[in-house]
Amino acid sequence: MGKSVLLIEDEPNIIEAISFILLRDGWEVNTHANGQTALARIAEKKPDVVILDVMLPGASGYDILRGLRAEPETHDLPVLMLTARGQNKDRDMAEKMGASQFMTKPFSNADVLEAVRSLVGS
Amino acid sequence: MPRSSLTGTRIRERRILQGIRQSHLAERVGISPSYLNLIEHNRRRIGGKLLNDIAAVLNVEPSLLAEGAESVLIALLREAVAEAGEQGVEIEQAESFAGHYPGWARLVVAQRRQIAALGRAVETLTDRLTHDPHLAATLHEVLDTISAVRSTASILAETREIEPEWRDRFHRNINEDATRLAEGAQALVTYLDGASDARRDVQSPQEEIEAFFVAHDFHFPALEDESLTPEEIMHDASELVSGSAVSQALKLLRQYAVDAKAVPLAELRAVVDELGPDPFRIAVHLGMDQGVIMRRLAALPELEAGLVACDGSGTLVFRKPLPGFPLPRFSAACPLWPLYRALTRPMAPLHMRMEQQGRGTVPMGGSLFDAYAVALPKGPATVNTDPIFEAQMLFLPVPGEEREVWRGGVVQVGANCRICPRMECHARREPSIIADGF
Repeated sequence: MGKSVLLIEDEPNIIEAISFILLRDGWEVNTHANGQTALARIAEKKPDVVILDVMLPGASGYDILRGLRAEPETHDLPVLMLTARGQNKDRDMAEKMGASQFMTKPFSNADVLEAVRSLVGS
Repeated sequence: MPRSSLTGTRIRERRILQGIRQSHLAERVGISPSYLNLIEHNRRRIGGKLLNDIAAVLNVEPSLLAEGAESVLIALLREAVAEAGEQGVEIEQAESFAGHYPGWARLVVAQRRQIAALGRAVETLTDRLTHDPHLAATLHEVLDTISAVRSTASILAETREIEPEWRDRFHRNINEDATRLAEGAQALVTYLDGASDARRDVQSPQEEIEAFFVAHDFHFPALEDESLTPEEIMHDASELVSGSAVSQALKLLRQYAVDAKAVPLAELRAVVDELGPDPFRIAVHLGMDQGVIMRRLAALPELEAGLVACDGSGTLVFRKPLPGFPLPRFSAACPLWPLYRALTRPMAPLHMRMEQQGRGTVPMGGSLFDAYAVALPKGPATVNTDPIFEAQMLFLPVPGEEREVWRGGVVQVGANCRICPRMECHARREPSIIADGF
C-alpha cells in the first residue's frame, strides 16, 4: 500500500510537477497552499511525510515546523523543508527547529524523490 | 591674548592691539563711529560684507573675527577623534591645533566628513543586498519559477510514457513560467540599474534638507510675499536628491508658507522691535500658536536664532544650527537640552538659559543661549486618542551685557556625550573622549 505525502507549497507549477513525480512513484499526494491552515490540514490528513516550503502566504514554514514539533503526535513526523534561499543561516535555522531534511530551490526531481523515500523508508 | 568668542569684542581687541582709532576704522569701512562702537560692544550683530571689510582693514581672516567659527571647528575635530576612537590623539591640543593650523584642521574635518559619507555608502549598499524587500522578493520569485521550470522540464525529458493531456499541461506550464522568468529578470535588471547611483543615499535626507535650508539662510522671500509656491521653490532645489528629503522639505516649505501667511514679515518685525525676541510673549501678544511664532522667528534672518524640533522619539526633525551651538550630525543629542525637557511636560512653555559645554576646558564665555522650548500636539485632536507631541526649541546667543541681568539658573548642556567635558552628569550615555584617563 502507498505511503502518503502532504505538499505544502504555494507555487502552482511546482505543486503540479512534484505531485506528478510522486504519483508516478506510487505515493498518495495531497497538496495545500496556505500557511495559516497548514497545521490543521496536517492533523486531518496524517501524512507519512510533509514537504514544506519556507515562504508561504499567511505564515512562515518555520512557524509551521515549530507547531509540528511542539505536538507529541507530530513531533517525529518527517519534514522535508524547501527554500529559495540556500544560505547557511536558513539551513542552521531549519536544523535547529527540527527539520528532517533541507533542500534549496531549484532542486532536481530525483533529489526530492530520493529524500522523500529515505525519510519514510528508513 | 585672551580671546573672547564675541565678534564685537574680538574686533575691539584687534583694533586696539594695532593702535587703530575707532573713528578711523569706522571711516575706512563707511559706517559711523557710534555704530562701530555699538558693534564693538556686541550690541549690534555683524556679518557679511561689513565683517569682511573690517577684517580687511585689520588685516585678519574674517573667520577669526566671526563668532564661534573656531569653536565649531574645534568641536568638529573632537567629533572626528570620537568617531575614529583613536588613542593617543592630543585632544587637549585641539584648540591650539585649530588656531595655529586652521587649514590642516579643516582638512581633518573635511576628510572625516568624506569618510563618514563613504561609510554610509557601504552601509546603504550592504543594507540593500541583505534587507531590501524588493530585491529579496524578486529573487525569491525567480528561484521559485526556475524550480518549477526545472522540475517540469525534467519530467518531460525523463518520463518515457506520458499521457498527452499531462504533456500538454506541462508544456503550457513551462511556457507560462518562461514568461514570468523573463519579466522577473527584466525587473531585476531595471532595479539594479537604478541601484548603481547609490551615491544618492550617501547623504542622509536630514543633511540634504539642512543643506537646502542653509543655502537659503532659512529665509524664503518668495514665500513671504507669495510670489512663488513651495512647489515652485522646490524646482531649483539641487540640494534635495532623495525622495525622502524632497517630500520632507516640501512639507516644511508648506508649513513655512502657512506660517508666513499667519504672521506676515512686517508684523513680525514690528512686534520683535517692540517686545524683543521672546516667542512666548509674542505669541500671547498676537494671539498665535507658540510653535508658529518660533518658526517665524527662526526664519527672520537678522535675528540669527537657532531652532531645533524633535518628534516624540527625540529624533531631530528640523535643525537650524548656530555658531557655537553645534548640532550632532549622526549621533543623538544631549538629553539635557530644554527641548527634551519640554517633551516631558507637554504644553508647558519653558524659558531657560543654557550654556554649551564641549568647547574646551578653558572657559571662554560666549556660549550662553536663551532657550525657549515647548511641546505641542501634532495634528488635530482625535476622540479617545492620545495626542502625538512635537517639541521645538528656539535659541538665541545672549549678548555680553545681558548676562548679568539673568537671575534664573543656567542649565549646562552639551552637543553629545562623546565630546562633552562634563564628567559628573547623570544624563551621560557614553564616556567622553575628553575625560582624563582616556
